[in-house]
This record gives sequence, structure tokens and C-alpha cells, in this order.
Amino acid sequence: MRVVLAEDLFLLRQGIIQLLEAYDCEVVAAVDNGTDLRQAIAEHRPDVAVVDVRLPPTFTTEGLQAALLARREQPGLPILVLSQHVEQMYARELLADGTGGIGYLLKDSVLDDGQFIDAVRRVAAGGMAMDPTVVAQLMTSHSRDQPLSALTAREREVLELMAEGCSNTAIAQRLTVSEGAAAKHISNIFSKLMLPPSSDSNRRVLAVLAYLNA
Amino acid sequence: MVGALIAAGALASIVLFVTTTYFVILCVIGIGFLALPHLTTAVRWVCDLNRRAAARSGVPVERPYRPEPEEIERDIVGWVRRCKWILADPASWRDLLWLLLNSGVGLLLGCAPAAMLYYAGEGLALACGLWQPVAADGTGRWYAFITVDSWPAALAAAAAALVVFAGWLHLSPWVLKGHAYFVLFLLGPTQRGRLASRVRHLAETRSGALDIQAAELRRIERDLHDGAQARLVSLGLTLGAVDRQLDRNTEEARRLLHDARSSSVQALRELRGLVRGIHPPVLAERGLADAVRALGLASPLPVTVLADLPGKLPDPVESAVYFSVSELLTNALKHADARQVEVALRYADGALRGQVTDDGRGGAEISAGSGLEGIRRRLASFDGVLEINSPPGGPTVMKMELPCASSSPKTSSS
Repeated sequence: MRVVLAEDLFLLRQGIIQLLEAYDCEVVAAVDNGTDLRQAIAEHRPDVAVVDVRLPPTFTTEGLQAALLARREQPGLPILVLSQHVEQMYARELLADGTGGIGYLLKDSVLDDGQFIDAVRRVAAGGMAMDPTVVAQLMTSHSRDQPLSALTAREREVLELMAEGCSNTAIAQRLTVSEGAAAKHISNIFSKLMLPPSSDSNRRVLAVLAYLNA
Repeated sequence: MVGALIAAGALASIVLFVTTTYFVILCVIGIGFLALPHLTTAVRWVCDLNRRAAARSGVPVERPYRPEPEEIERDIVGWVRRCKWILADPASWRDLLWLLLNSGVGLLLGCAPAAMLYYAGEGLALACGLWQPVAADGTGRWYAFITVDSWPAALAAAAAALVVFAGWLHLSPWVLKGHAYFVLFLLGPTQRGRLASRVRHLAETRSGALDIQAAELRRIERDLHDGAQARLVSLGLTLGAVDRQLDRNTEEARRLLHDARSSSVQALRELRGLVRGIHPPVLAERGLADAVRALGLASPLPVTVLADLPGKLPDPVESAVYFSVSELLTNALKHADARQVEVALRYADGALRGQVTDDGRGGAEISAGSGLEGIRRRLASFDGVLEINSPPGGPTVMKMELPCASSSPKTSSS
């Protein structure tokens, strides 16, 4: 798997490179600012871009903006955004085009190498990886909204896990139910949120978008 | 009508002037102390009436008085202190001077329009036929430069009277305006008084700002000490234990390493919370409008945010408004039992105006120690104000206004 990495802190950049390489990912470019990031993406066409939100020179949302631009230039480009803090607004912007291959994680997640690599792989494969903090925020902030109120408590739990990016198998494991039961919950969620049948991973993104836009 | 009011005011002025002066002199021998505060209240009431009248004719006049000393005893010492406060305030003396002058100027300004009106009335009455009995003795009566002794002359008199009436109509607003400027001249604050009250205000808000800052530093110190610092110490201890166990008990070492990791995650989480409380990252990254939108998204209540901000506002102002809105949203959720909230931010004429409206139960008021008092003090250090309109039963409208300059946008928010 070929990765482009954008992170301005030298130590963290080296750390992430080591971590990715330890798990057989090839870091084709590691840059420290938004302009270089877009160049590197255009040049290397990586399987996934791992991007820090805050980059020089402005140290605001340089990384996020560069990633969104790159995705506009190259639709469907998988992007995993890392941030020191998570903000629903940024999650919303990342998911706005309704297609997969999007991840938004706290930087802390690199501390848990297995989980982090798992997220990178999932995003590269066109899936989703949302930080549980974002998901928890979504659940509290939109708990009174209409589309959600149609869901049962169990279906909400399933949706939470889906938003984090878990596969059917992972959801079944986490909730200790059979895989068939998990799949049934998921199809119930899709029908309650009135999502038309399309590729499964896209519908998962749309299901999460359903709250975001509620 | 207008003239009559001014003239009546002038008469009241002279009475008050004489009485007050009398009692000021009596203060010297002691008796005046009891009457002076009451009289001053009356004087200030009259002066305030005039200030309000002046404001109505388009000349706003601020009250120049020094603030009343806090907690005055109700005994003789208190009365003496109150009198000292009154006598030491130059505005009291200017009030007195105004009373004296107004008895003359007011009478003059008041009588002139009244006289004109009377004169116009007289001319019309003559022209209506009153001249006939008057002119019966053959002499006729002079009106302006006309001898009214025939109908054509009466007609001319009527025309002259109409001219006088038009003059009166025209003059009245000017008389009012003139009186208003006279009020401004003596009853408004002097340059010195204005500076003094400005200094007083600045001293108060500065001490408020320092208090807030000190409390904030204490909170940060405590949070660091009890939170992240303690976690890092325990992390060090755990790593020491791992070091000891590494050769003897690999399984135990692994468990301890797991603990160490979760301890570091916890420390990070606490530091993040702390940073959010000092300077929220989203505010640093995206500016006030988006930061407030993010607040709205994170709130369990549906929050509508309308923002019209041209560029970047000074950081301290953005921060103050952000934390104020955050507190108001929390209040709407916790105390007001609101179902939805609307936040509007607008920058115009050199001031940032914010309004937070909720549909909750209302009844919010500023009292010492409440969050609203904190917001008021926070805004006051920028010369900002917080205005609360929260009748019982709701809805609650909180308005903030801060004078500040906006610079061109540094980063786009799209």
C-alpha cells in the first residue's frame, strides 16, 4: 500500500513513517505543508493520504483544506485526517461528497498501532474510520432529531459502530451477536433512513451523513 | 405651550435654587445636613427632567454625577458623608448655577414664544371684528404698524398676525433647541468630569479583567497539577515497574505497559480539554463565526447560527465572545429548558453585536456570582455591554455589544 503523509512535527512524522513501514506500507512521500501535499498526491497517486489538519504556514486548517482540494481534483482519493482535537464541523466537510475512503481520527490513535493501521487500511479500501469522540458527539447533539428517533436503541448502537468504521463482522463481535443479526440491523437502518440500495460501503457513509445533515 | 413649560421650569428653578443655597449655607452651622440630601435628590430630579427634554430635542446630555459612595450608615455620620459626597461633586455646584441662570434664561426663552403667540392671537381677534368696538371712539388701535380702523386694515392686520404665527411656529423648535444646548452647557459632564468617569470605569474594568485572569490561571494550574501532571508521574512510575519486571515477569510487564499507554492517552485527553478551555483550537483555526457554529453543532440543542463578520476580529475579542456564547448556550440548556436557540453575530459601525435568543422559560437575571455576571465583567473589559431581556415565561434575549476594529481576513473560512 502506497501512502503520502503530511505532518509538520518532525518526531511525529518519523514515528508514523516507522509505524506504517513496520506494517508493510510504503511511504512514498512525507511532507510538512499543504502545497507540497497536493504536489505529492498529484505526482505519486497514493492509495491513501494521511494528513494532519494543522499545517504551516498558517497553522490553521491548512491540511484539511489541501486534502479537500486534492479530493476535488482526484475524486474518491482516500484520505485519513489526523487532528489534535476532533470537531464535528470538519467531519461534516470531509463526508460532504457522500463517498467513502474517509477517515477522521484523533492523533492519539497512532498510540494504538493496531487500530491505527486498521483504520488506514479501511480508508484505503474505500471505507470509513471516524473517531469514537466524533461519533459520540453526533449521538448527543442530534439525539432529538427526527430520522434518528425512528431507530431502536440497538440500531443506534449499530449505527455508532458503523460510523466508527466497523465491518459487519466487527459489529457482530463488539455487540456479541451473530453476523446475520448485525446484517439485519444494518438493513433495517438503511430502510428506516430511506437509503436506496447501492454499494454497501457507500450506503454506510450515507447513513452517517443522514445524521450529519439532520 | 412649549414656552409655558420652560417658563414653569424657570420658576421652579429659582425656588429650588434659593432653598438649596439656603441649606448649603446652613450646612456650615450643621442643620443643613439633614435637608441637603433630600433637596439634592429634588434638584437632580429637575435637572434630569431637563436632560431628558434636551435629549428629546436631539441633544443627548449624560448625567455627570459621581457614583454614590457604597454603604452609607443611616446615622448622623452617614448624613455628613452623604453631604460631603454631594458638596465635593462639581456637578452639584453646576446644577445650582444652572438653577440660577435658568430662572432668567428659561423665563426669557419661555416667555418669548408665549408673547408671540399672544400677539398673533390679538391680531386675529382684532381682524375678526374686535376692532369695531375698539375703534368706536374714532381712534382705532395699532397692530404692528397698522392702525386697525377699517375692514381693509383689519385684513392687513390678519395677514400680519399670520406672519407672527408662522414666526412662532418656526421659532418654537429653535427655542427648544437653544434651551437644550443651554442644558448641555451646564448640566452635561465637563471634559474633566468625563475623563474622571472614564478613568473610574477603566480602573473598575481593569481590576475585573485581572480578577478573571487570575482565576483562570489558578484553574489552569489546578487542572495541570491534578490532571496531566499526576498522570505523567504515574506513567513514569509504571515504566519504572516495567523496567523491573521485564526480565522476571514478561506477562506482568506487558500488562503494566498497557496501563502506561492508557495513562498517556488519559493525560492527552486532559491536556486537550485544558487547551480547549484556554484557547479553543477551532477558534484558532477557523475564526469566530465557525467556532460558534461548532459550538452549535456540539450542543444537544438545535442551534441556528447567523453570522455576518467581515474579517478577523482581535483575538481577545473573539475569545471573549466565544466563551460568552458558550456560557449562554449552556444556560439555555441547563436553566432555561429551551428547545431551540438562535445565535446571531454581526459586525457593523465598529462594533461586534451578538444576540442569543432561546425559547426557554426566561427569568434570567444578572446577580453577583452568576455566570451572567462573569460574562458582563468579561465583556466590560472591552467596553462591551451585556443586555438581558428575559421575562418570566420567556423568551430570553441576550444582547452583547463590543466596540472593536476588524481587519481584513487572514484566511478564508471556506
